[in-house]
Amino acid sequence: MNLITLSIITLAVIGAISALILYAIAQRFKVEEDPRIDQVESLLPGANCGGCGKAGCRNFAESCVRASSLEGMLCPVGGNAVMKQIADLLGMEAVEATPRVAVVRCNGSCENRPRINTYEGATNCAIANSLYAGETGCAYGCLGCGDCVSVCSLGAISIDPVTHLPVVDIDICGGCGACARACPRGIIEVRKRGVKGRGVYVSCVNKDKGAVARKACNVACIGCSKCAKECKFDAITISNNLSYIDSDKCKMCRKCVDVCPTGAILAVNFPPKKAVATTESTPQAPDTTEAQNN
Amino acid sequence: MKTFKIGGVHPQENKLTAGSPIVAAPLPQQAVVMLSQHIGAPAQCVVEKGTPVKVGTLIAQANGFVSANIHSPVSGVVAKVDMAADSSGYMKPAIYINVEGDEWEDSIDRSNTLIKECNLDAQAIINKIDEMGIVGIGGATFPTKVKLMPPPGMKPEVLIINAAECEPYLTNDHALMLAHTDEIMVGIEILMKAISVNKAYIGIEVNKPDAIALLTDKARSHNGIKVVPLKCKYPQGGEKQLIDAIINRQVASGALPVSTGAVVQNVATAYAVYEAVQKNKPLIERVVTITGTSLKNPGNYLARIGMPIEQLIEAAGGLSENAEKIILGGPMMGKATANIQAPTGKGTSGIVVMTQEDAHRQEPSPCIRCAKCVEACPMGLEPYLLSKATAMGNYEVAESHYIYDCIECGCCSFSCPAHRPLLDYIRMGKGKVMGIIRARNANDKK
Repeated sequence: MNLITLSIITLAVIGAISALILYAIAQRFKVEEDPRIDQVESLLPGANCGGCGKAGCRNFAESCVRASSLEGMLCPVGGNAVMKQIADLLGMEAVEATPRVAVVRCNGSCENRPRINTYEGATNCAIANSLYAGETGCAYGCLGCGDCVSVCSLGAISIDPVTHLPVVDIDICGGCGACARACPRGIIEVRKRGVKGRGVYVSCVNKDKGAVARKACNVACIGCSKCAKECKFDAITISNNLSYIDSDKCKMCRKCVDVCPTGAILAVNFPPKKAVATTESTPQAPDTTEAQNN
Repeated sequence: MKTFKIGGVHPQENKLTAGSPIVAAPLPQQAVVMLSQHIGAPAQCVVEKGTPVKVGTLIAQANGFVSANIHSPVSGVVAKVDMAADSSGYMKPAIYINVEGDEWEDSIDRSNTLIKECNLDAQAIINKIDEMGIVGIGGATFPTKVKLMPPPGMKPEVLIINAAECEPYLTNDHALMLAHTDEIMVGIEILMKAISVNKAYIGIEVNKPDAIALLTDKARSHNGIKVVPLKCKYPQGGEKQLIDAIINRQVASGALPVSTGAVVQNVATAYAVYEAVQKNKPLIERVVTITGTSLKNPGNYLARIGMPIEQLIEAAGGLSENAEKIILGGPMMGKATANIQAPTGKGTSGIVVMTQEDAHRQEPSPCIRCAKCVEACPMGLEPYLLSKATAMGNYEVAESHYIYDCIECGCCSFSCPAHRPLLDYIRMGKGKVMGIIRARNANDKK
C-alpha cells in the first residue's frame, strides 16, 4: 500500500469518526425550535428597526409564534399586509391596526425663521441642543443636524437642502418611531396615517408666549386657540401656548387650517383646493449663504 | 519647576490685558439676575414685583444644601420675576430689577480699611460664607461652603489657592492679586481657619512675575502661607491638576479632591470670602476680563452681576465688524454665546470677543490615529475612543474607559490635527454615562 492510499484511508476514518461524534452530540443537545419562527421571520421586512417594541425582527417573530393572539402586535414597517400574512401562517385572527406615519412638526425654514447665528460645533442635534437654543431665535424648533436621518433604517427621512428641515417620504416611512425617539426636541411625532397619506397637524412645538414665538418664526403657533374654537370634533387642545390636534379624533375637515392666523396648521397631501397650501412650502430663492454652517 | 505630570498643552497666552488695573464698569439701567448662577438647585425667589431693593438685599434664597443665596447687585425696584433667555438662549427664571441710584445696605462696610482680625470660629465663618452667597468664582460656581464642609471621615490637611489662571486671555485674577494682595492674604487665613489647617499654598503660573513677587513678599508676614510658582501649562488651574502639581498627590477616579487632604479654592473666591466675612458684603460684583484683539478698550472691569453682556462689551469699546464669536469665560473652557442680551452671572470670569481668523473652526477630517489627544489629555484618557464610542451610542465602552473622569478642559480638541470635535462628543457622552450610572445606583438602592 503506498503512502497516498494510506493517508486517504486514515483521513477518511478520522472524518467518519468525527462525523459520528458530532452527530451524536447534535442529537443529544438539540434545541427544539418552532420552524414557524423562521417562516414568520422571512415574511418580515428585516429592517430590525425596533418599532414593534422588540429587539429586532427575529425577536418579533418569536413573540408572534409564542403569543396566543396577535392583539397589540404590529410590525409598523410591514403594516397590516404583513400582519395578515403572519396571521394566516399561524392560523390566528389578524387584528387590524391603524397605520402610522412620522410627522415633522416644525416649518421653520430659513425664510420663515431667520438665522441669527452660525453653529460650528459637531453636526449632531443632541450636542447642539445641549449647548444652546440653536441658530434661530426659537429654542424649540428643528436644529437641522439630522439625528433623525441617521437613525432611519429605511432611508425614509432626509434633510431638504433648501429649508434645512427633515422631510419624511410617506411611501417608505413605516411609522416605527425611531426618528421621534432620536429627536432631542420631540419635534417628530408618529401620527395616524390618513387615507392617501392625508393629514392635518400643527407644525410647531414652540411653547413660548405668542409674541415671543412669533418674533422668532413667522409660522409659529401662538396659542391663540382660534383653531380649538373652530373644531367641531374636540380634536384640538391648547396647553402651554401651543395647539395640538389629536389625529385619532380629527376628521380632516380642515376648518382649523383656514382660521390659523400664522399658518402653523398644515394640511398635507390633499388634492389642491382653492387656496389651501400644501406641506412643503414652495422653494424660494436658493439659499447658498446658509448652507455653509458647520 | 512644579507642574502636573500627565498631558496638558500650551496655547498662545494672548494676555492682552495683563497689568491693566481694575476699572469700574457703568451700572446697567436694568439688571437681570438669573436664579441659577451656581452648580446645584436654582435659588428660590423671595421678592415680588414692586419690592424695593438696595445693593446687597437678599432676593433669592438657597434651595437645599448645594445651592446659594443671591443678593441684589443694584438698588431700585423689582420690575418683574419672569423667564429670561440666558447665555445659551434657553429661557430660565430670573429677577428683573429697574435701577434707581446706587444705595447700599447699611450693614455693608464700603470703606477701604483692611480688617485683619477675624474672631469668628470655623462654623461661624462657614455660615457667613453661606449667607453671603459665595460660590467658586473661578468658573465652576460650586457653592464654597460645600467645599469647606468635607464629608465625615475626610480631614483636610492643606489649603491650595488656585491663582494659576492658565486660561489664555484672562487676567482678572492677576489684576485682583495686584490690587488687593492684603485682602487676599486675610481671605486665605479665614479659609484656613474654616477648615482648621495651618498650611496654605498659592499656586501661580510664572507668567505673572509681578504677582509672584508681591504675594511672596506679603506671605512672609503670614504664617503657613507659601507661594508656589508653577510652569505655564494648561490646565494647571484644574483642581486635580493643581493638587498633583503642588503636593504631588493624585485624586483617584471617582473620588472627591478632598480625599487627598487638599481643599482647593480660587484666589478670587478668597477675596470674596474676605469681603463677605470682614466687610459683610455679599457676592454682587466681580472682576470680568473683557478682551479680544478687535476691542478698543480691553481691560479688567469690576462689573455688577446681572449686567447685560452687550453693555459690558460696549464699555470696552463695542463690537467691531470682524467680531465673530463671543465667549463667556476663557477660550479653552468657556462657552460661546449667541445671546449678548443675556446677563452675566457669578461665574462670568471673562468675555472674549474673537475675530473670524481667531475663532473659525476648521472642517473635521478622519482620525489618523496619531494619539496626540491621548498625549494631551491631563486625565490620562483616550479621547479619540471616547468620542467615537459616544458617536456610536456605545456607552458601555465609554464607561469602561472612564469617560466620567473627563474634566472637559478641551486639550484633546485643541491638539487634534484633524480638527475633530472630540470634546463635543465626549461632553455629551459623559452626561449620558453619568445618567446611566445614577439610574443604576438608584435601582440598586431599591
